[in-house]
Amino acid sequence: MRYLPLTHDDRKVMLARIGAASVDDFYTDVPEAARLDGPIHDLPSHQGELAVERHIGELAAKNRTASEGPFFVGCGAYKHHVPASVDHIIQRSEFLTTYTPYQPEIAQGTLQTLFEFQTQVAALTAMDVANASMYDGSTACAEAALMACRATRRKKVILSGGLHPHYAAATRTLCEAQGIEIVQLPAAVDSELELAKSVDGETACVIGQSPNVFGTITDMSSVAEAAHARKALFVSVFTEAVSLGLAMPPGEMGADIAVGEGQSIGNPLTFGGPYVGLFACTQKLVRQMPGRLCGETQDADGKRGFVLTLSTREQHIRRDKATSNICTNAGLCALAFTAHMTLLGDAGLTRLARLNHETACDLADALEAIDGVELLTPRFFNEFAFRTKMNAEAVLAMLDEKGVVGGVRASRLIPGAGFDDVIICAATECVTADDIEAYADALKEIV
Amino acid sequence: MTKKFTEDHEWIQLDGEIATVGITKYAAEQLGDVVFVEVPEAGASFSKGDDMAVVESVKAASDVYAPVGGEVVDGNAALADAPETVNEDPEGAGWFCKLKISDKSELEGLMDADAYAKFCEGL
Repeated sequence: MRYLPLTHDDRKVMLARIGAASVDDFYTDVPEAARLDGPIHDLPSHQGELAVERHIGELAAKNRTASEGPFFVGCGAYKHHVPASVDHIIQRSEFLTTYTPYQPEIAQGTLQTLFEFQTQVAALTAMDVANASMYDGSTACAEAALMACRATRRKKVILSGGLHPHYAAATRTLCEAQGIEIVQLPAAVDSELELAKSVDGETACVIGQSPNVFGTITDMSSVAEAAHARKALFVSVFTEAVSLGLAMPPGEMGADIAVGEGQSIGNPLTFGGPYVGLFACTQKLVRQMPGRLCGETQDADGKRGFVLTLSTREQHIRRDKATSNICTNAGLCALAFTAHMTLLGDAGLTRLARLNHETACDLADALEAIDGVELLTPRFFNEFAFRTKMNAEAVLAMLDEKGVVGGVRASRLIPGAGFDDVIICAATECVTADDIEAYADALKEIV
Repeated sequence: MTKKFTEDHEWIQLDGEIATVGITKYAAEQLGDVVFVEVPEAGASFSKGDDMAVVESVKAASDVYAPVGGEVVDGNAALADAPETVNEDPEGAGWFCKLKISDKSELEGLMDADAYAKFCEGL
């Protein structure tokens, strides 16, 4: 696209041609109360570049980044090491294309990478087929609920007490507008298997998470069996993709749809996004799947090539009957995922997962040894919840003063449910023995 | 009973209580090579005009509507592995499903073969 600069005179001529007095005339359809009636309060109209850089630099310095000290925050976003080679690969010019790089004539590199991404996600989740990614884990979860309702022609979705509350909220938002009933089971550290008791003949799907928001790992095979016995689907969710290097994957539990967050692999925290939603399902359900799907084919000369496939599910062909209104994917984050996963390989992922689990075990041992600390999560990967006798918000504030970012208070995600004294903390491969010692020493002084 | 037709290019043929439903030869020709058909399973019930099945060709994806209301007693599972049957024999082996009709009077508004042929000429 060319850059077309405008002068004031150009603008005047154009406005005169269409009979508008000013650009503001274009916005008269927006209710007046929602329109800006002048400059934004306290925001200077312009400053020199150096002054802006200095000011923004001062603001940025107020943040403490996850790399600056002991850091134990998880709950859906995990600080993992991203090799410098990943950044190098994703910035190669072959991948720097314009938006919607799906034309097979010009985008074989991107399409091949998406095909590899799908292959990796399918292998990671032990499912038949994966799509080219969703916006993030929470929207993938919501799309899974919608897909289950389409596939079963039912309108009831049951969410476990361990499903990440943000995933539950996204699912509720998308489903409620379509008249789908959402049943939320009460939040609990270890209750994914309760889903098996809740499923009935009206249920489109049950949605359970492992490791769940409290870090608890659960073999949900019995949930899948109970769902299938009532012709409902089982949706298996994860927020920490690295866990699949060790834990039983959704496909082995009998999941019909597996969804999760892929940020952990290849993508930094970046203030919460953009992330990359992983979405996989059984072959039987592929035509109900949302999103882009890339397939391998042959060109006119019989050479291997890649194209988007099963596009008849999608909006640009199927219009209002499309399986979803997503007509894109998280391309750059998916590329980073694929680059990192390729560098790790199968054995590398398992080693990384083992390292995460060992680090978290060391942290749990160190914290549990403190008088007044009660470990709540019975089986965990790299994240667990613990309780002290004090308010969690106060404990985290005091830890912060001692330079330790100790985790997330559970009441922030699940308010008013009796979790005021519960902290959820994660330990990835980035956490050192010194970090763990610093956490334990600081916590010992507080509780 | 003679075969009846809808403006959405479905055909329906009643035999006793059970009606067989499919898409017309005209529809199959217009669609081109059919690559996928999703037919309803036994037990599903539809009202007249409901989305009942899906047919995809290399050119388009279309919904197939229930020509009359009723309960599905059989879906043509063979189409899943051989969707080309819809092109080869649309008004025979390429049938979509068999319906137990809930209200036979709904058949009255549909076209007979001559009326449908005229209808197609006008398209």
